[in-house]
Amino acid sequence: MATDNPLAIEMRDVDKWFGDFHVLKGINLNVKRGERVVICGPSGSGKSTVVRCVNRLEVHQKGVIKVEGVELKDDRASIDAIRSDVGMVFQQFNLFPHLTVMENLTLGPMKSRSMNKADAEALAMRYLDRVRIPEQADKKPGQLSGGQQQRVAIARSLCMEPKILLFDEPTSALDPEMISEVLDVMVGLAEDDGMTMIVVTHEMGFARKVADQMVFMNQGEIVETGPPTEFFGNPQTERCRTFLDQILKH
Amino acid sequence: MTSENRLTRFMIVLAGCLVLSACSSNSEWGWYVVNPLLEGGRVNLWFLIAGYPSTIYISAIAAALSMTVGLGVAVMGMSTWRVFRIINRIYVEFIRSIPLLPLLFWIYFGLPFLIRGTWFEFNVDPFWAGVITLALSDSAFTAEIYRSGIQSIAKGQSEAAQTIGLTKWQTMRYVVLPQAIRRILPPLANQFIYIVKMSAFVSVIGMQELMRRANDLNTNEYRALEIYTVLILEYLVLVLLISAAVRWLERRMADGEVR
Repeated sequence: MATDNPLAIEMRDVDKWFGDFHVLKGINLNVKRGERVVICGPSGSGKSTVVRCVNRLEVHQKGVIKVEGVELKDDRASIDAIRSDVGMVFQQFNLFPHLTVMENLTLGPMKSRSMNKADAEALAMRYLDRVRIPEQADKKPGQLSGGQQQRVAIARSLCMEPKILLFDEPTSALDPEMISEVLDVMVGLAEDDGMTMIVVTHEMGFARKVADQMVFMNQGEIVETGPPTEFFGNPQTERCRTFLDQILKH
Repeated sequence: MTSENRLTRFMIVLAGCLVLSACSSNSEWGWYVVNPLLEGGRVNLWFLIAGYPSTIYISAIAAALSMTVGLGVAVMGMSTWRVFRIINRIYVEFIRSIPLLPLLFWIYFGLPFLIRGTWFEFNVDPFWAGVITLALSDSAFTAEIYRSGIQSIAKGQSEAAQTIGLTKWQTMRYVVLPQAIRRILPPLANQFIYIVKMSAFVSVIGMQELMRRANDLNTNEYRALEIYTVLILEYLVLVLLISAAVRWLERRMADGEVR
């Protein structure tokens, strides 16, 4: 039964190709309920693809992916079931530029969950408060700073009340001084809400603080996993060590 | 008032002044045929202007049809089903390569034989032959305009829409189309202007629009230069008005949009 399953996400021997390019090679990854997993690795290592496979933005060709006990298959029902459990935050925010912040937040609840406008707006206000920008509700995304936009994007996915949140390099497109306002919100979600999270990021300070499990990927494979203290203190593989040296050098 | 609007007005006024001044001064020209100060000129001028309703009517219906058919063809072109994409390709390439006049003749003179005795049979008069021809030939272009406009919206937009649970149709309706329409509108307006101008071809099968009336008047008066000058000005005024309307619409849609 799904509710007895302690695993939020289960990936078994997942393979994926983009044409001839073998982008994921035998990925095995288990994420427990309430667990925070941080994935890092050089660009092109497949870390974004792993996350995008979890909510079927990419289709894997081999292996099994289960989310909250439901196996991802080609049928609409399993995809819809999984998408209603999984929220996603993108590197480029992907807010809808023609809608106000409020409309960005209420669109999902109103159209896919048939919530009425008043309820949806109350819900949206709650999450805008949560990401600390309730005063921006009537603005268009283009009028906000990058950090504010990303916080709106987080609020938008929270409005669907997901059990799992995926973050695909959420701070990579931000100016340095805006990174912390986004990370603060994410730390809050992890610590106060116990949200299950997979975060692809190079923010190692954030990783140390919230990660339960670190994952290092290289060339489509998971090279190393472990709790942050071990992962940072004593990396087992040469590749992981050089990578960490590179990004922690400065 | 914007500078473009001022320019439009200026051009219309200038065109009018040219005609009027030429009416009174130059004896080489025979402006009397269309001189609004003379009884005969007024009658002729009115005869020419009375072609407007037909030209506008035929263009508007053809444009509406073309935009509808074009949307359907564009949707097929973006389908995940290969067979629809192939139909789209064949339609666009085929229609796009037929010149307007042969298509018009084929439909006016040929189509009646093809549909005789079928449930689809109808009276192919010059008006409907013109509408069908203009709409068909234009729809291949509008289809491509829709498709490029829709595909120009970043993939991340529909991905984000999917992750908040919207269906494919809802994603189109609430996320992609409202953004695409702003990019589609200007080229679509160009196509409408194109239709207005191409509607002159329908005169050859006897449709009494601007062009045909100018031809008819010329056979009586033998004043080609003056009559066709007025005809060109008639099209100019119509097209300038359409562009002004489109600019107004674009401005209205862009209101509050910050990117």
